Amino acid sequence: MAEKILLKGNEAIALSAIRNGVDGYFGYPITPQSEVMETLMKEKPWETTGMVVLQAESELSSINMVYGGASCGKKVMTSSSSPGISLMCEGISYIAGAELPCVIVDVMRGGPGLGTIQPSQSDYSQAVKGGGHGDYHCIVIAPASAQDMYDFVDWGFELAFKYRNPVIVLADGIIGQLMEKVELHPVKPRRTAEEILRDAPWATTGKTSGRERNVITSLSLDANTQENFNRKLLDKYNAIRENEVKYSEYHTDDAEYLFVAFGCSSRICEAATDILREEGIKAGLIRPITLFPFPEKEISRLAGQVRSIMSIELNLGQMVEDVRLAANGQCPVGFYGRQGGNIYTPEEIVEEFKKFNKLS
Amino acid sequence: MDTIDIMKPENIVYRKPALLTDNIMHYCPGCSHGTVHKLVAEVIEEMGIQDKTIGISPVGCSVFAYNYIDIDWQEAAHGRAPALATATKRLCPDKYVFTYQGDGDLASIGTAEIIHACSRGENIVVIFINNGIYGMTGGQMAPTTLLGMKTSTTPYGRDAKLNGFPLKITEMLAALDGTAYITRQSVHTAAAARKAKNAIRKGFEYSAKNIGLSFIEIVSTCNSGWKLSPVEANKWMVEHMFEKYPVGDIKDVLK
Amino acid sequence: MKEEIIIAGFGGQGVLSMGKILAYSAIMQDLEVTWMPSYGPEMRGGTANVCVIVSDRKISSPIITKYDTAIILNQQSLDKFEGSIKPGGLLVYDPSGITRAPERKDIRICSIDAIAVAAEIGNAKVYNMAVLGAYLKMRPGLEMANVVKGLEKSIPARYSEMIQKNREAIEKGMERVKIISE
Repeated sequence: MAEKILLKGNEAIALSAIRNGVDGYFGYPITPQSEVMETLMKEKPWETTGMVVLQAESELSSINMVYGGASCGKKVMTSSSSPGISLMCEGISYIAGAELPCVIVDVMRGGPGLGTIQPSQSDYSQAVKGGGHGDYHCIVIAPASAQDMYDFVDWGFELAFKYRNPVIVLADGIIGQLMEKVELHPVKPRRTAEEILRDAPWATTGKTSGRERNVITSLSLDANTQENFNRKLLDKYNAIRENEVKYSEYHTDDAEYLFVAFGCSSRICEAATDILREEGIKAGLIRPITLFPFPEKEISRLAGQVRSIMSIELNLGQMVEDVRLAANGQCPVGFYGRQGGNIYTPEEIVEEFKKFNKLS
Repeated sequence: MDTIDIMKPENIVYRKPALLTDNIMHYCPGCSHGTVHKLVAEVIEEMGIQDKTIGISPVGCSVFAYNYIDIDWQEAAHGRAPALATATKRLCPDKYVFTYQGDGDLASIGTAEIIHACSRGENIVVIFINNGIYGMTGGQMAPTTLLGMKTSTTPYGRDAKLNGFPLKITEMLAALDGTAYITRQSVHTAAAARKAKNAIRKGFEYSAKNIGLSFIEIVSTCNSGWKLSPVEANKWMVEHMFEKYPVGDIKDVLK
Repeated sequence: MKEEIIIAGFGGQGVLSMGKILAYSAIMQDLEVTWMPSYGPEMRGGTANVCVIVSDRKISSPIITKYDTAIILNQQSLDKFEGSIKPGGLLVYDPSGITRAPERKDIRICSIDAIAVAAEIGNAKVYNMAVLGAYLKMRPGLEMANVVKGLEKSIPARYSEMIQKNREAIEKGMERVKIISE
């Protein structure tokens, strides 16, 4: 039986990296995710798996270390929180442009600016719509538990290498700080040099006589070359949209009202759904697990079934734009959010739900 | 002697390094980059480390360095090459890793990256082209632009009150514990180029000894940016640049 | 079965680690748990609280506003959380930090002189375990064997002598808990 231990979400990220054969972690301290690097440094994986862990001088540097490591075909990652991710956006754009696989964990806090250090989901748009310059998408996956934090590192790398694309694990201060039971899966070793040559023939592993030199770059200068590359990226993003959508549903079968919420908010909405069900109100919940790709079709289908949809987010209303696009006028779409590090309770959501649906 | 005789191996007095590709270089005639590229290619070839070398090219005139030297390359964002090199060397410690950066890239936007790579003692080689100007973007002031020097953003000459002083970053880096070999060279004469090549080779050799970072500054010309002929640019460099940036070894931990 | 617990006091009183040991003990009994701290920028001295939920089913919201049990170690926390205890719920408090006695009539209230227990054992660090003992006596859901396992999981092996001392404090806390009102 797999071992079950009590872990903070942030600690789960670190242990998962070591146990899933990650080659390198490069980071810079920022609340509320500093436990990721602290745990890695305490565990000293360079003595066991050979994993490299390095505290960089800034987030600019850590994301560019990720760029360098990913260029070598290695499984490399970083983690940060909102202001640090803003600094990384340059690097993320280059990584997307050079089609490099990597995992970036964002444990969101309140913003804009320095904001607060408490939980928030106010970087949905930054993660899902771009953040950096140019036409690109990161694959964005949103954990809702410490177990998810553990599992999504490995899943993130699987997606990153499958599509040669950066993956953002979009968590928040609650999931990062929350301690829960985590089941540890069997250990995966780091890939050997031969496996890297096989899986990443594009990587800068040293030019041998048998092949052309490998160049990792996002530069073209020629407009037609760039346009062709942009269209190639679009094909990739469309394949991701087609194949990788993941979501979970709660009481949607007979739902007359729907909540849409991701990450920690989905759990709070689950409790709100239970309260409403006890009162005889048929509420249901869809939790997008992938934010890019967004579960557009599923929300569109449910929009045709329910009387209304509410998007519940710890921000001023970001995902709700995508929910409205998916619902496409089939039913009213409302929003309720808290900001700045404040968190709604299930009872508060029930009250707002009733206001919106004129049920009180 | 006819053509056939000239082509006999025993009559060859010079050949292009095998690692320099046949791509036509985009550098202006007279630019130092072409010479430095050749020296780097020769060192890698002579050391027999083509399959073990990973180059990191910058943003600036040498952004396309990867088109000219036949090794694996990573193209960095502006100033970030030392960060890429850090991770590459740490994850692939059996490889030779070098960055090739200009003065804007290394001494302005990438100041933090180079200082901390030096401070951590990364076992990499840094080749730093200092021509006192931003060449690619059309001749703007660089951190190393001399006082009084005219550029497109200092049209009346660099004024310390307005623009600050030229940055002698190489001397700063020599003060850091993590650096092993720090030198300043030039390539304006055959003799200077030979010395520069020896310095580059020493840097690569040191990087395999795991004793810290090797940093080779090449004081260079940008005749287009300086608006001089190649010959005049060399003369101007000797007369003006060398005063502020004197050539020679600054630090060598094995001496 | 589901129990929602708030533990609150000053930073440095062992609030977070008490919650952690409680959570780990529940995992050893194969229950589901969440441990959710409220955190601020300060490292020491401010008020600290942690919300622990123990359940035999998957836990949805880790954010709650009403508690089955409140474990209170200072006056500020009593002022803040006394009103949030569910009717019929439980309040465990350390009277040494309390200047105004609890006023609720619809809950069970008990106190534990945990400073005295810690003094008897001769180690101030076991203070929080005496409080935990009082709680475990009042809510006998967790088996002592699992609590000991929880301690072993929470305390690094190099401090193994602390496991015994902590266990002693828990047991003394169970003996010394004083029921104020049922």
